[in-house]
Amino acid sequence: MHAASDSELVARCRAGEHDAWELLVDRYARYVHAIATRVYRLAPADAEDVFQEVFARSFERLATLRDDNALRPWIAQTTRRCSIDALRRSGRELPLADPPEGVDEGLGQLDEALSVRAALDDLSPDCREILDRFFCRDQSYRTIGAELELPAGTIASRIARCLRRLRAHLEEGRNSAFSTSGEKVDD
Amino acid sequence: MTPEERIAQLLRALPAAPEGWVAAAKELPAARLELATIVERIEHDERLRSRAIADLEALLRAEGVEPTPAVVAHLRRQLRA
Repeated sequence: MHAASDSELVARCRAGEHDAWELLVDRYARYVHAIATRVYRLAPADAEDVFQEVFARSFERLATLRDDNALRPWIAQTTRRCSIDALRRSGRELPLADPPEGVDEGLGQLDEALSVRAALDDLSPDCREILDRFFCRDQSYRTIGAELELPAGTIASRIARCLRRLRAHLEEGRNSAFSTSGEKVDD
Repeated sequence: MTPEERIAQLLRALPAAPEGWVAAAKELPAARLELATIVERIEHDERLRSRAIADLEALLRAEGVEPTPAVVAHLRRQLRA
């Protein structure tokens, strides 16, 4: 089963479906958190303020968003602006024209990471769970084995198998975005 | 780096946000409704309006609402409107 698209989630949020808002927060929480803490390296208290401000603005903006598919770039841009404001409030000097060093590269990597995360959501719950535990929560083979009641010796092979599936899924998605002539189909 | 290693690296780039932050963001729609009620009361109650002008954060705490910067900014915007 494929996860709902951003535009579907936005439409459901506008209709007042609380579940849809929760899914939207789940989808972007890691992204907003990573931009604030990894790209702009905000202190935890500032990062938390930015995180809440971004979702508050997103909630307010849902009703008037011109293009429902533009949610992701809009959230990225809002998180950048809020993070820069937080840096300025904390007294760190920032040149107006140039972004802090490494920001563009960091944001590019997070965009790619978010696409991988979205593909992960389309895998089986078992694969999603084991990859999330190992790569995102840094759990050891022993912990994963104990919590999922799996022999520790099978964890590595399962992770490798799920990574191959994720790779195939990503390649499938990439291929379906291109026409037979090799040109990218418009979004 | 193999494609699988690259995917693993990208998965590591997005660790989970703290649960409390996510829970608070999910409660936004309900929190906004609660704030709308407070705004309405402030508009119709002179004493409450004076307390809001004197110390909005304290008023929010007394109403059982955590006065985060986002909440306070939203409420100030609502009261100005």
